[in-house]
Amino acid sequence: MVNVDILTTLVPVLPLLGFLIISWRVKKLQYGTTVVIACGVVLVSFIISAALFFQLLDRPEDQRFIEVTLFDWIQAGNFTAKISFLVDPLSSVMLLIITGVGFLIHVYSLGYMQGDDGFNRFFSYLNLFVFFMLLLVMGSNYLLMFVGWEGVGLCSYLLIGFWFKNKDYTDAANKAFIMNRVGDLGLIIGVILIFIQFGSIEYQQVFVQVGTRAMGSPVITLITVLLFIGAMGKSAQIPLYTWLPDAMAGPTPVSALIHAATMVTAGIYMVARNNILYSLAPFSQSLVLVVGLATALFAATIALTQNDIKKVLAYSTVSQLGLMFVALGVGAYSSGIFHMMTHAFFKALLFLGAGSVIHGMQGVQDIRKMGGLRKYLPTTHATFLIGVLAISGIPPFAGFFSKDEILARAFEVNPVIWGIALLASLLTAFYMFRLLFLTFYGEGRAGHDSLHHIHESPASMTLPLIALAVLSTVGGWIGIPEALSGSNRIHEFLNPVFAKSQSLMTEDPLNHATEYILMSTVIVLTLVMIAMAYIMYVKRNNVPVEEGVKLNPVHQVVYHKYFVDELYDRIIVKPLYRIASMLDSMVERLGIDRLVNSAGNAVVDGSSVVRLLQTGNIGFYVFAMVVGIILMLATTLIMK
Amino acid sequence: MTLNLFYFLSFFGVICALLVVFSRNAVHSVLYLILTFFAIAGHYILLNAQFLAAVHVIVYAGAIMVLFLYVIMLLNLNQEAEPHKSTVLKFAAAISAGLLLTVFVGSLKGTELMAQQQGPATNVGLVKSLGRLLFTEYLLPFEISSVLLLAAMVGAVMLGKSEQNTDTR
Amino acid sequence: MKTPQGIPLEYYLWLSAALFTIGVLGVLYRRNAIIIFMCIELMLNAVNLLLVAFSNYYNDASGQVFVFFIMAVAAAEVAVGLAILIMMYRNTKTTDINTLDRLKW
Repeated sequence: MVNVDILTTLVPVLPLLGFLIISWRVKKLQYGTTVVIACGVVLVSFIISAALFFQLLDRPEDQRFIEVTLFDWIQAGNFTAKISFLVDPLSSVMLLIITGVGFLIHVYSLGYMQGDDGFNRFFSYLNLFVFFMLLLVMGSNYLLMFVGWEGVGLCSYLLIGFWFKNKDYTDAANKAFIMNRVGDLGLIIGVILIFIQFGSIEYQQVFVQVGTRAMGSPVITLITVLLFIGAMGKSAQIPLYTWLPDAMAGPTPVSALIHAATMVTAGIYMVARNNILYSLAPFSQSLVLVVGLATALFAATIALTQNDIKKVLAYSTVSQLGLMFVALGVGAYSSGIFHMMTHAFFKALLFLGAGSVIHGMQGVQDIRKMGGLRKYLPTTHATFLIGVLAISGIPPFAGFFSKDEILARAFEVNPVIWGIALLASLLTAFYMFRLLFLTFYGEGRAGHDSLHHIHESPASMTLPLIALAVLSTVGGWIGIPEALSGSNRIHEFLNPVFAKSQSLMTEDPLNHATEYILMSTVIVLTLVMIAMAYIMYVKRNNVPVEEGVKLNPVHQVVYHKYFVDELYDRIIVKPLYRIASMLDSMVERLGIDRLVNSAGNAVVDGSSVVRLLQTGNIGFYVFAMVVGIILMLATTLIMK
Repeated sequence: MTLNLFYFLSFFGVICALLVVFSRNAVHSVLYLILTFFAIAGHYILLNAQFLAAVHVIVYAGAIMVLFLYVIMLLNLNQEAEPHKSTVLKFAAAISAGLLLTVFVGSLKGTELMAQQQGPATNVGLVKSLGRLLFTEYLLPFEISSVLLLAAMVGAVMLGKSEQNTDTR
Repeated sequence: MKTPQGIPLEYYLWLSAALFTIGVLGVLYRRNAIIIFMCIELMLNAVNLLLVAFSNYYNDASGQVFVFFIMAVAAAEVAVGLAILIMMYRNTKTTDINTLDRLKW
């Protein structure tokens, strides 16, 4: 049995090695070698993660973690930061998702990105991203998490702007990075406060101390609010969400991996990791809840009107992330993690399916130019259908169990929350089926050229689709609630992480009858929405109008994403530019340049006066000498 | 008695020095300087530095001033063709020299001298004792000064050579 | 305060200062290079005088030895200086020091 510590260290180190090797020979590496290295390291990391998972599964609750310390990184006075990993139920679930879904997306990419000039560069970035994400979830202290946090932001920037020759894409990359950084400021200040307050940045040490604090302590509230600001940026919640739809400029595998399955879930992970802090700060929990609800509903309404496949999925991601934050906000931490897991499966599936459609349509992304693609892309259609069913929450697919849990927990706290979350879910079902119908069903609106070239994707792309479809189907079965006579295994597994928070919960669990009623209501309403979508988009063939045609005012506002981007531009971006140019002309040119130049000019002017002493006249020189001696002697005289 | 001699020699020396500066003719200046040197040699004898007095007369009055005279003759400078400085500059020169003197006197006035070593007027200054010192304690400077004189000689010859054989190759 | 001969030492100080100042005056006053040279010699001699006076006062022979060396150096210096002066005359046909003013700003 190999040493567990070495195995644990290998998990992040392998993708790092992959990145180093590929980027070192980025110009020369052959297609086959790159593929083997890039996919291989992730696969091996996945196998190790699975082994670790099974290790943890066997252990009793109080021993369900593995800690590996590599070395002391920083030592400054009272502050110590170690490079050490913590594998507990929460991080091992994340490990499986990251490496598992990551591996599938790597395999997909070797088909999708084939022939691209930057093929090697793409895989090196992907590996680097996996490394940083693993660092984020495996770090046992805030600093290491923050390193991973920033690193995935960097990789997101690199991958969104992957086709860097297009200025729009690089603008989108800038936007993503800058918005992330705004959130990161909150995160940094939060971590600093944690250090000041608790004297350490190691999770274990902090959480032990936190447990002794009173409920509603102002410091903890402040810390949690700041941490949540970081989560807002990274997980695209209001108001820092506008980067995610623009990030669709990157290649579709990037959208699937980073902006659906892993990076955006970093915020969820962080809040879940700090669950004890949030449980002690009801204000922050309410904040998380409100923001999550608002985002879920808001993004869902926008997704109703979008016509680009990837944009619909992007807003859907924002909305689902909002739902996960709702779960965290009501204290249902393990439900939030459960939904994150199932969401990773079906959202990655949907994105990869969309990529397959785009690939087949030679780059067309507008659903108004699609339709009836069912017969040309059978596998894509079948898997996409499964993904849509999963996200809509139809049993027995994965989305049903996780979403149902969140709704049930929300109802326990307040039926109003349940109502709004239900509304968001119903809208989700509607627009997802709208997407499905407009793309795959109905009469074909694709141009003649597209139809001429359309073909099903190669096996490297369809196999991951099938794998993810399977996961989307069975993935929810580890969380079957007791109401349906399941054993809810995932909650048992995650219990040690959230136990303390659970003990602070005051709501009574629902009795089974209520749960049945809620469940059936949701299912029925969802089916109604699906039927409505079918009628609208298949029976009545209600195709969305072309660009430029006048829409009714409400539709116009929603279609333009409530003009939020324009608003930000007006109140933030333009004033910043104005301030910057003002500072440039006033402070920089007039102030600093003048100061520096005048120093130089002073020297020049001074020397042009002093040089007149060099008359060349020897008599004058002697005279000056004598005068100097007189002055010196006179000075000594006066001194006496 | 010695004091009177001292006063006489001093005044004589100062007046001759002033005449060196203010005489128009270059040869006259040289002659007045020689007289000044004799006055100083007189002072040396008064101070019981006999060897130095002799050397002073021989080296300065006998060699250096003769050299000056040679150069003046060579350059044919006994005419009054020399341009003069403007009055302002002369005035400034006089003023600064006066200031210098004032400052000298001022800084030297009232200074405490070290205790004098009383004793019989020894033979410091006689050739014998000076010679002994030169060849024992100050041997190295003595030898080096001979090298210095050699260097000066070589330098003067090199510098003074007229460039008649200019090679145009 | 008095030398063994009975002359106060300060008198030698003032005398030496006076001779030195006259030398400085000469350097500033005249434009002929040779006269300037002679005034420099005058300055050197003023210093020699003072050194000998002190040596007499303290019964220390080092002062006189120093004067001896000063004289040797002065001789060498005059030789070389006059050689330079002759070169200057050859080039500029005059001994006026104000003609050598090219090294200026």
